[in-house]
Amino acid sequence: MQVNEKKEFEPVIVAFCCNWCSYAGADLSGTNRLNYPTNVKIIRVPCSCRVNPMFILRAFQRGADGVIICGCHPGDCHYTSGNYFARRRMTLLFSMLDFIGIERDRTRVEWVSAAEGAKFAATMNEFTEAVKKLGPNRRLEDLRCRKQS
Amino acid sequence: MQRIGVFVCHCGTNIAATVDVKAVAETLKNESGVVFSTDYQYMCSESGQNIIKDAIKEHKLTGVVVCSCSPRMHEATFRKAVASVGLNPYMLEVANLREQCSWIHKDIATATEKAVILGRAAIAKVHLNAPLTAGESPVVKRALVIGGGIAGIQTALDIADAGFDVDIIEKEPTIGGKMAQIDKTFPTLDCAACILTPKMVEAAQNEKIHIHSFSEVADVKGFVGNFTVTIKKKARFVDETKCTGCGLCTEKCPMKKVPNEFNMNLDNRTAVYIPFAQAVPKVARIDPNYCLMLKNGKCGVCSKVCSVGAIDYKQQDKFIEERYGAIVVATGFNPIKLDKYDEFAYSLSPDVVTSLELERLMNAAGPNGGTLLRPSDKTHPHTIVFVQCVGSRCDDSKGKPYCSKICCMYTAKHAMLIREKYPDTEVYVFYIDVRTPGKNFDEFYRRAVEEYGVHYVKGMVGKVTPRTDGKLAVQASDLLSNEQLHIDADMVVLAAAIEPDKTARPLATMLTTQMDTNDFFTEAHPKLRPVESATAGIFLSGACQGPKDIPETVAQASAAAAKAIGLLCKNSITCNPCVAHSDELMCNGCSSCEKVCPYGAITYIDKEFRMPDRTTAIRRVASVNPAVCQGCGACTVACPSGAMDLNGFSNSQIMAEVDAICK
Repeated sequence: MQVNEKKEFEPVIVAFCCNWCSYAGADLSGTNRLNYPTNVKIIRVPCSCRVNPMFILRAFQRGADGVIICGCHPGDCHYTSGNYFARRRMTLLFSMLDFIGIERDRTRVEWVSAAEGAKFAATMNEFTEAVKKLGPNRRLEDLRCRKQS
Repeated sequence: MQRIGVFVCHCGTNIAATVDVKAVAETLKNESGVVFSTDYQYMCSESGQNIIKDAIKEHKLTGVVVCSCSPRMHEATFRKAVASVGLNPYMLEVANLREQCSWIHKDIATATEKAVILGRAAIAKVHLNAPLTAGESPVVKRALVIGGGIAGIQTALDIADAGFDVDIIEKEPTIGGKMAQIDKTFPTLDCAACILTPKMVEAAQNEKIHIHSFSEVADVKGFVGNFTVTIKKKARFVDETKCTGCGLCTEKCPMKKVPNEFNMNLDNRTAVYIPFAQAVPKVARIDPNYCLMLKNGKCGVCSKVCSVGAIDYKQQDKFIEERYGAIVVATGFNPIKLDKYDEFAYSLSPDVVTSLELERLMNAAGPNGGTLLRPSDKTHPHTIVFVQCVGSRCDDSKGKPYCSKICCMYTAKHAMLIREKYPDTEVYVFYIDVRTPGKNFDEFYRRAVEEYGVHYVKGMVGKVTPRTDGKLAVQASDLLSNEQLHIDADMVVLAAAIEPDKTARPLATMLTTQMDTNDFFTEAHPKLRPVESATAGIFLSGACQGPKDIPETVAQASAAAAKAIGLLCKNSITCNPCVAHSDELMCNGCSSCEKVCPYGAITYIDKEFRMPDRTTAIRRVASVNPAVCQGCGACTVACPSGAMDLNGFSNSQIMAEVDAICK
């Protein structure tokens, strides 16, 4: 029998970034060559308020271990009020997720402006670490969706 | 089923160095729907674009995925390329392999793995893309310039020269801004007023330019080409149309002890005043905080002496609404408040002044008529110490982290002017570094040292202590000789850091433009689009975008004007087709979407539906105005029945991306 090599757990992290601030902030951290883990994959949305709670549930169902939503700082939304909607919706959703056993640390809302490349990288490093500590998401994952390996 | 082509860009070595581009292209070939996959050195180059175009024709592609740099960079380029061969431009997606993969990762294996996943997500999305056609919306041929300093004036003049109407909104009673307060300008030492005031007059006399002085922006609605701005014309208690600027009221006003903000509060003005002799518009204003009539209802001298009856004590703030195609922000800067810098005794001694105060003290139109005298006892100063970087390049929360850029040069100017006019005055300049990049700037600084004998000392001033004999004891360190210096100074001049004007932050919120952490406006691209904000139709001019000297400000002002003119020249602009739309069959008319829409783009219409039993029924359903919708997607999430969806970022598209990433 082969000895199982103990591989470090590599979480799957989905980041929703608004086009105007956070996606640009993510680009800036790239331009500045600031590293963050490959675990983070970014989905571009026009505004943080475009993030439907369904997307987050879907991510957890499909095996994501953490979901982070990034938008413009309060008051700076390109669409005036989008990030306020996102903030309210996510507050409700996260407390519901917490209630059904998805730890608070697996979900996060962060405000990153287009000029905050360093903050984006730091946030992603920190968030990945936090999710790593929690281990894989087992609560909502639908094993039928899991990749055959 | 879509026929998708995948094009992986090397970006020279920018992507190829950390991502195995050939492997990415090979792996993505096996994705469902992908009929063609290739890699090339520079996809954005003409030959790269030709590869895409040829493949679309040859393989009858219905969808294109380009794995390259950020879509913020080249999405438009590739969209244009695919449109040129007849494919709908919105059938293209860009996977961001450079900014969000190769540049942030070092390990080739994991970066390649991530690149494949990002490619898969884009492919999954393209599968669900639908062709979109952009509508058009008309452009209002009028521009608004917010701020009437040199930046705003130059922008307005250039736009007016091109034949468009332009309004200037200035919050002070006169245009001119900070440059009007400056005495001489570096590096030529010509007088600021001599070059600024003709421009102010030119702006006032240009029939295309309309100046709203003593006004503020109260509200901004709309979008590029079609902004509706509410202007608050603050009550100045003087009828602008009647006042001739004769100044009789200011002579007769009994309230003569009002700090004169134009002279940095170094002398006094009257309660009814004209800020300075060359003010534009030359119209008086009554300061309601000091006017005896407005405060106590007793006086009325000014209204008695005014021969044209311009004084109106009952004037109220007035709100007017105007429509504009383009908006240029030129809100400028202010020196920071120095109340946190007790070590320099700024609040303790009147002889410790900021550079802008010194500017007024030396100005012929200033409080001393151009003779440099100590503010405390009006004697001639024999030793003057300049302190650089007060609040600039500061690590702590007291100051600003950035370099204010203009201080090294204006300090050299001040030192030179003082030494020239008063050769018996010793001038010391304490600096961290002397930064003089710019045409003829370093020569200018060297002249100050070599020809005028200004003592430049590398080091910081630790403490300034006012002594009882009126002198200021300056304690400083000379870092080069490693000595402690004690100088008995008559005056200390602090080069205070500059910060964006306080009105900029609320304005940015109204304009939905972005700012950095220091409240400077963020440009759309730091190198390639320096005068545009990320919000279409909003342009940046002058120091609101970052510290700048006058030549740079004027250059940027003209650049912003050119961009605004480019927009105003168009009769109509293409709208963003990525807007919301409602599925009428699913909509139950609940109004949830209407409530969250920040643009009022959603209305309700009564529509006739054929029911399964062949009868007709009238139902209330949501309808989105695509010309007004900006595509934020707030309504799509608010909709409880899932009827509302967003073109280009539909629920199913984002879900497909989520699936591809999590798989």
